[in-house]
Amino acid sequence: MGMFDRAKKRFRRFLQILFRRKRSRIGIYGPPNAGKTTLANRIVRDCSGDAIGPVSEIPHETRRARRREDVVITGANGNTLTLDIVDTPGVTTKIDYHEFLEYGLEQNEAISRAREATEGVAEAMHWLREDINGVIYVMDSTLDPFMQVNIMMVGIIESRDLPVVIVANKTDLPDAAPSRIKSAFPQHPVIMVSGLEGTNMSELYDIMTEHFG
Amino acid sequence: MIQGVQIELISADRLSSLTTLEKIRTILDSVMLGNIVVLERGLSPDEQSMLVEVTMREIQPGGFSGIEMETYPGKDAAKGGFFARLFQGKGPEGRMTVIGPAGQLKMLKIERDRLVAWASLSSGR
Repeated sequence: MGMFDRAKKRFRRFLQILFRRKRSRIGIYGPPNAGKTTLANRIVRDCSGDAIGPVSEIPHETRRARRREDVVITGANGNTLTLDIVDTPGVTTKIDYHEFLEYGLEQNEAISRAREATEGVAEAMHWLREDINGVIYVMDSTLDPFMQVNIMMVGIIESRDLPVVIVANKTDLPDAAPSRIKSAFPQHPVIMVSGLEGTNMSELYDIMTEHFG
Repeated sequence: MIQGVQIELISADRLSSLTTLEKIRTILDSVMLGNIVVLERGLSPDEQSMLVEVTMREIQPGGFSGIEMETYPGKDAAKGGFFARLFQGKGPEGRMTVIGPAGQLKMLKIERDRLVAWASLSSGR
C-alpha cells in the first residue's frame, strides 16, 4: 500500500471518528413473560426483515441480553432513527428452578435455566445503570400494572433520566385492560400494542422516533 | 423449641450511615438467614437496582431463591410522578420497604393504606 493510500485511509478514519453519530442503545425491559422478545422480533422484523430471538411460554426463555445493531425505525411522520435494540431477560427479584419443572423441564435443565436466568437478570440490571440510553418498558395488559417490579423499574429508569416509552402489550388477549397501565403511569407515553399480531406498531414507531431521537 | 420469623427494623439513621454495598449486604445477609427486614426509609432507585443485581448473584438452585420486596406508598408514588415526589419530599427514597426471602414471604401486598406481609415458618419448598 502506497503512502498516499495510507494517508487517505487515515484521513477517512479520522473523518469517520469525527462525524460518527452516536447511536442510541434502547433496552427492552419488563417482567418475565410480558412479551419483550415477541415485541423485539416484531420491531426488528418490521425494520430489517430478521428476528432477534426465540419465544416461549416458559418464563425466562431469554436468559442473555440479545442485541441487534443498526435498526432503522421509520415513523408514519416520516422521521427515521437508527438504534441498537437490546432485548433483555425479564426482571424479577426471585428465581426458583422448581417453577420450570411445572413446564415439564427435567431437573438438570431447570437448574441450568435458573442459573442462566439469574446471570442474565444481573447483567440486564447492570446494563441499565451503565450502558442503555433509552428504555421500552413492556407490560402485560392482562396483569396488574402496580406489580412491585414495574414500580421499581419505572423508578430506576426515571432516576437515571432515561427516555422511556411504556408498551401495554398483549392487547389481542380477551382480558387485556391496557387503559389500567395508562392510568397507572400518566407521566410517561403508553402505547397499546399487540407484539404478536403487530397491531398499533406504527404509533409505537412514531413515539420511538420522537423520544429516542 | 419456639419457631418463628425474626423481623428486623432498620432505622433510616442506621441505613444512611452505610455505603450502598454495605446497605445491600446488611439487607441480604439478614434475608438469607430467613429474616424479614423492614427499612424505615427505603432504598434509592440505584440501590434497588444494585439489590436486584446482587440478589441474582446470590441465588442458588435448591437454596436461596431470591427476595420479595414491597414499598409503601407504592401506587401513589408510581402514579404521581413529579407532583408525588414534590409532596413526598424525598420521592422513592422516602418509602418504607419490607424485604423478605421469596421462599418464606408468600404474600406481600398493599391493601388500601396497609402493607400486608404473610410469612411462613418453613423455608418454602
